Amino acid sequence: MDLLTIDIAHVLAGALVLTSFMLLYQDRLSGLINIYTLHAVVLSLSVAWQAYYQDAPHLYVTAGIAVIFKAVIIPFSLRRIIERLRIHRTVEVVGGVGVTMLIGIFLTALSLVVMLPATASADPLAREDIAFALAIVLLGLLMMVTRRNAVSQIIGFMSLENGLILAAAGAHGMPLVVEISVAFSILIAFIVIGIFLFRIRERFDNVDLFELDRVRGGRS
Amino acid sequence: MSSNLFMVSNALIGIPAAAAIAVALEPEYRRSAIINVCASGATFLFALVLLIVEPESSDYLFVDDLNIVFVVLSTFIGFTTSVYSASYIDHEIETGRLTPANVRFYHAMYQSLMGAMNLALLASNIGLMWVAVEVATLTTVLMVGIYRTPHALEAAWKYFILGSVGIALALFGTILIYMAAEPVLGQGYDAMVWKTLMQQASRFDPRMLNVAFVFLMLGYGTKVGLAPMHAWLPDAHAEGPTPISAVLSGLLLNVALYAVLRFKMLLTANAAAITPGPLMITLGLASLIMAAFMLYRRDDIKRLFAYSSIEHMGIIAFAFGMGGPLANFAGLLHMTMHSLTKSAIFFSVGHIAQAKGTQKIAEIRGLTQSQPALGWTLVAGVVAIIGLPPLGIFMSEFLVVSSTFARQPLLAIPLVFGLLLAFGALLLRLTGMAFGEPSRDAGEVKASMLPLYAHLSLVLLAGLYLPSHLVAWFQNVARLLG
Repeated sequence: MDLLTIDIAHVLAGALVLTSFMLLYQDRLSGLINIYTLHAVVLSLSVAWQAYYQDAPHLYVTAGIAVIFKAVIIPFSLRRIIERLRIHRTVEVVGGVGVTMLIGIFLTALSLVVMLPATASADPLAREDIAFALAIVLLGLLMMVTRRNAVSQIIGFMSLENGLILAAAGAHGMPLVVEISVAFSILIAFIVIGIFLFRIRERFDNVDLFELDRVRGGRS
Repeated sequence: MSSNLFMVSNALIGIPAAAAIAVALEPEYRRSAIINVCASGATFLFALVLLIVEPESSDYLFVDDLNIVFVVLSTFIGFTTSVYSASYIDHEIETGRLTPANVRFYHAMYQSLMGAMNLALLASNIGLMWVAVEVATLTTVLMVGIYRTPHALEAAWKYFILGSVGIALALFGTILIYMAAEPVLGQGYDAMVWKTLMQQASRFDPRMLNVAFVFLMLGYGTKVGLAPMHAWLPDAHAEGPTPISAVLSGLLLNVALYAVLRFKMLLTANAAAITPGPLMITLGLASLIMAAFMLYRRDDIKRLFAYSSIEHMGIIAFAFGMGGPLANFAGLLHMTMHSLTKSAIFFSVGHIAQAKGTQKIAEIRGLTQSQPALGWTLVAGVVAIIGLPPLGIFMSEFLVVSSTFARQPLLAIPLVFGLLLAFGALLLRLTGMAFGEPSRDAGEVKASMLPLYAHLSLVLLAGLYLPSHLVAWFQNVARLLG
């Protein structure tokens, strides 16, 4: 396999990690959705490159799903939701951007340190992809714990799922069942969340999870 | 023979799936409750057939001694819970807490959950198993939020977020297992099927398996409710309908545990990989002791027993973590006994909460006088769950403790400490609720006692006498677990 192929794959996976970092510090909801769209596009490019390199046509389907579903439908409906809820101008208070970024860097380093030796026997392309994928998963988790707003938490969760798809695409010849099921589960998960958002709206008049905390009152 | 089995194992998934559609189309809630009971009963009967028919595996489903135990247990409790659920739902509709439309949705989700759990247990493919666990999670999330009160929504949201994170970590672990298997088994399905994975496990790269197991343990462990990933469990139990609390504690936690056990077997088969035992022992003990302390400060009756479930899942994970024929046997027995007892307790707690109109422990007093049948079954259930003789849990806990003393005496100290701590807490709460001057009833409740008596008598029977067939069967499974 020639070096250029590997390099392109790494550039794309690395770009996905960088986009995850951008998600970490973006404090406007509409900006967050834009970056998530970028995230999905980079993911689909990366998966498409894997499809080309592994000569696995079914991965093009996964890439197509990523573009249509995640880069078009989900951002579109999210935008509608935040407009309906009139929170599209909301600037979220993200406490300690510097600290969050440092933790993010630490998590990325951690995933490289853990995954690269563990996957020494796998081929070089897959092993760096999986290390990057773990970094994206961890950054998604980090975003979910640092945000209070339900919409940002969902975006954090979806970026995490993108990391999983990158990992699944990197694993040679992993049966299609899994990839499609991942896409479907995102769809289901999204519907579930959508229902929740509207119900939360009914009850609280906004989707800030601080409100949920208030409801909890003294209970632990 | 194999075509027979193929039909049977398909029926275990097909019946709930068909029933889910049927109840979704049925607007009358009493009739849909009957369909729910019939479908669950039929599924249970088919599960019993698995005991007689010689197991053989198909492409997507397979049956071995290990998953039969789980399937029979989970379809049985699914059946009894559906009977209980019928009377519970009746009361909820009469008091207006649920609308018929809610109930239609509830029944459809109940059957989907049963189907998904059977699929997770029977799946021969690690990817398929993951999908089934995810579907089971989503259906329970929807059911937990069904009352649509702020508390219920908060519980469902928390469950959804933590459950998704757990399930995402489990998928990452699943992908890593595939990557470890792929150089040996080649690309495609073979590298995801349990049978081939188990045969070739010794040739996989141990480092990759190690990392994968950490993710799988944390991911599926979240669904088992092990500390420190347990935060969703008490809320989900307390805010959802009580039949769902019974099913969550009695079944869904077991299904997640089954996934952990399968992967544990895979790692045990590879000599160079880490031994998964210590990780399970640590998480198990942490859950046991944390939950035992938390039991003292609960003021909600369903939350109290939810923490007791965390405690018992901790004991079970501990027992399987110890490993070896005796501890595995004890773990299996304890899992069975806990499922039966805990769902029985939730059956009685559900009706008690309906009769008293509250879940606050402080407002429930003197149950044995005001509601003798419910009160005394609660006493019997709690006596069973804290491990008093002659009931089944006494025996399984005794086996866990004695096998620990024999092999790792030092580990027995925290184990016994946690058990005694939980014992005290539950006894303390029970005396307050069951005896003394009774508090006022909020209304009449038509309780269905049959499922309750069935579970409790099985637990009593197991404590007095275990049939030799069952012992031989469990011993066989315990050997399989390694």
